[in-house]
Amino acid sequence: MSERTLRGKTAIVGIGETTYYKHGKAPEPEFKLGLMAILAACEDAGISPHDIDGFASYSNDRNEPPRLAAALGCKELRFSNMQWGGGGGGGSAAVANAAAAVAAGLADCVVVYRSLAQGQFARFGRSAAVKTISGENALSVPYGSMTPAQRYSMKAMRFMHEHGVKQEALRAIALASYHHAQKNPAAVMYGRPLDEAKYDASRWIAEPHHLYDCCQENDGAAALIVMPAERAKDMKQKPAYLLGAAAGAGHRAAASAANTPDYGSSHFTTVAPHLYAMARVKPNDIDVVQCYENFTGGVLMSLVEHGLFEAEEANDFLTLPNLVAPSGKLPLNTSGGNLAECYMHGLELQTEAVRQIRGSSCNQVKDADVALVVAGPMVVPVSTLIYGSGATLQ
Amino acid sequence: MTTAQSYLPEGLPIPVPEPDGLSEPHWSGLRRGEFLIQRCRKCSTWLWGPEWICHKCHSFDLAWTKVEPEGRIFSWTRVWHPTHPVLNDRGAYIVVVVELPHAGNVRVIGNLVGDAKQPVKIGAKVKGVFEQHDRADPPYALLHWRTSGD
Repeated sequence: MSERTLRGKTAIVGIGETTYYKHGKAPEPEFKLGLMAILAACEDAGISPHDIDGFASYSNDRNEPPRLAAALGCKELRFSNMQWGGGGGGGSAAVANAAAAVAAGLADCVVVYRSLAQGQFARFGRSAAVKTISGENALSVPYGSMTPAQRYSMKAMRFMHEHGVKQEALRAIALASYHHAQKNPAAVMYGRPLDEAKYDASRWIAEPHHLYDCCQENDGAAALIVMPAERAKDMKQKPAYLLGAAAGAGHRAAASAANTPDYGSSHFTTVAPHLYAMARVKPNDIDVVQCYENFTGGVLMSLVEHGLFEAEEANDFLTLPNLVAPSGKLPLNTSGGNLAECYMHGLELQTEAVRQIRGSSCNQVKDADVALVVAGPMVVPVSTLIYGSGATLQ
Repeated sequence: MTTAQSYLPEGLPIPVPEPDGLSEPHWSGLRRGEFLIQRCRKCSTWLWGPEWICHKCHSFDLAWTKVEPEGRIFSWTRVWHPTHPVLNDRGAYIVVVVELPHAGNVRVIGNLVGDAKQPVKIGAKVKGVFEQHDRADPPYALLHWRTSGD
């Protein structure tokens, strides 16, 4: 039996994005935004949208593959996939699911997509207007813990307490995203820099998270095209090969009312080892990281749980010079990420990682051959993946 | 101990049992001023939040068990940004995760009553405060916490 792995079997051959908007500001309907991103990804790849034969998404994307395939005139639909779980935890898993389908021969050309116009539907950062509530939410919402900012802040607070992590560590994560966004004209926060004083003076949302520790809410869409590696090498763009991926969470991570045994966690403790084993990569091989910032505390815990530094080293490691391209120790969120480019539910982190492998980022890391993309810390399930250049397959 | 005025304003979603009734004993217990959580009759594991099965031994025979509302702060946040219209004029408030050492260290979520600006210490001992919402429709009760210092 051959080794069960996705390493090097597929590649991202095309990426596409719409203009990114502040929430409620998209001039187009959500479904149309999704189509626009998919068309852009096809054009980038040099393929016809008619040749897409699979779709993968996450977080209950409202735009279903059968409708997309009909609208785009796809010759056939062979793979129609949704990663269970809310939030942005499924971003890397959606790519992995697409890659698994392509590697196993279920489909030949799968698009990973996310389209989100929160202004046209409900916002993540507001509680729904309901009279009664039951189930897991009844154990927290009446106590004013009703949105991710409130719930996840308590996880970050616990982790920071256990390991003595200071506010300045979170601040460095926020500063890195804003720093990179200033060189990215596509970023919503382009032209709106952040410095230490502005961060320190910003209001609290929910301690330990200031305003600038929290993701934006945006409208837009993004898409990536996954193809078999043997076809990818003949395509228009330099391929970004999928080296490995993993998704999930640890023991009883979804236990309600904060009963997750490993509570002060981003939930990558069990997941990251599977990633590194498949990718045959070690933490110090990683050239650049895109890590989903729902909240900077989630980034802190994710980086620790991916073995990039020890929790007790966080205060020393998480400084702006260490986190910025081109020459920081660990360039982080080089397009501006969820904080400062766009909250495209983390799919903009995937497109940026592909640009880093291609060598075409606005904040290019020199010789970026190995790129880590961490999706949706603290939700269950989370997911994570590693892309590599052709050189990593030699 | 029961408070006269609610910690958060009226108008937040009212907790009610699910259609299958899973959490009903918890909510009706709070109305009586009793704190009930689940314990497996077979293997004695404490369980929270409510579930139909024991995650340890897979028994369905779970007992709603009265426990003293005493614990210690496991984590917390002070919420400043209102995310529901009735909170717009409330100002900051404190949400705590409370660990129950005498009930298998299961955790519950509540509010820390008193001054919203008070310093909060992980590990601090807290005691329960039942908050009755008699005039709500339907009426309900919440369990909050105050630092006990002993």
